Amino acid sequence: MMAVTVITIVLQRNLFSVVVLAGIYSFLMATVLLALDAVDVAMTEASVGAGISTVLLLGALHLCGGEEAKPLHRPWLPLGVALVIVGALVYGTFALPEFSDPLAPFRTHVIPRYLEQALAETGVPNVVTAVLASYRGYDTLGEVVVVFTAGIGVIALLRRVPRREEER
Amino acid sequence: MKRQMVLRVVGKLFIPYMLLFALYVQFHGDFGPGGGFQAGVIAAAAIILYALIFGLPAARRLAPDPIVEAMVALGVLLFAGVGVAGIVLGGNYLDYFVLDGDPVAGQHRGIFWVEAGVGITVTGVMLKIFYMFAGRGRSLDER
Repeated sequence: MMAVTVITIVLQRNLFSVVVLAGIYSFLMATVLLALDAVDVAMTEASVGAGISTVLLLGALHLCGGEEAKPLHRPWLPLGVALVIVGALVYGTFALPEFSDPLAPFRTHVIPRYLEQALAETGVPNVVTAVLASYRGYDTLGEVVVVFTAGIGVIALLRRVPRREEER
Repeated sequence: MKRQMVLRVVGKLFIPYMLLFALYVQFHGDFGPGGGFQAGVIAAAAIILYALIFGLPAARRLAPDPIVEAMVALGVLLFAGVGVAGIVLGGNYLDYFVLDGDPVAGQHRGIFWVEAGVGITVTGVMLKIFYMFAGRGRSLDER
């Protein structure tokens, strides 16, 4: 179903349907994450991917019109580059440990400690929250700064226009 | 969409529960799925829904621009401030053990404030971006 959605997105020329299909894709992705027991990520995907970004893209469409322009020339070179990269990535996956292999290196390094000690050390039953906010506090701080920077960037880019026109 | 009665009534029914759910996700993130980021997005989505149904000016009255912009910075400052508080109380940056007499309670307190900071910044940024996009279309179309 996800593959069908993606192919439709690629073939579709009307950007409105592309935005709506991307929202559907996000919901499907959230279902997949739910099936993988990643409830926190599924929640984020459903609310950000399907909710907010759809609204923002529709707002952007309202500004710039709903039809995709015809490509100027045939995309053979980009297609070739993309295929080579896909090949390299697929080749790379052969060296990864098996899916759900309990002895994979990243499962024996810090994860057992997090899973066993998080409740005792932080008093927080949700290990995802414990890792995000406490063990990996620096990373989360960086993430928040990224969100902050994105907001500041949008403000800096878009603020001037209304001022000039409405004389506020 | 201001005149759509069904939308107005359903929106009025939904929005309080969306905001309540955002708070639940924010403060229950320690025990169930969720946390500051998700809660911030849900809270912003509730206000964006309000803006879509009742119009942008109404939403701007509800959550004025200066407050939203202050939220953008306040969340980051709160997060960083928790880190600095750790230093002041004798630990490393972003060490929560020292925030309370009992290290576990200190961890809990640190996580609570950090998540609150994340939630505030995310709500602010999402709302601000939406205001920017929607407000820009309005001024160009003269609606």
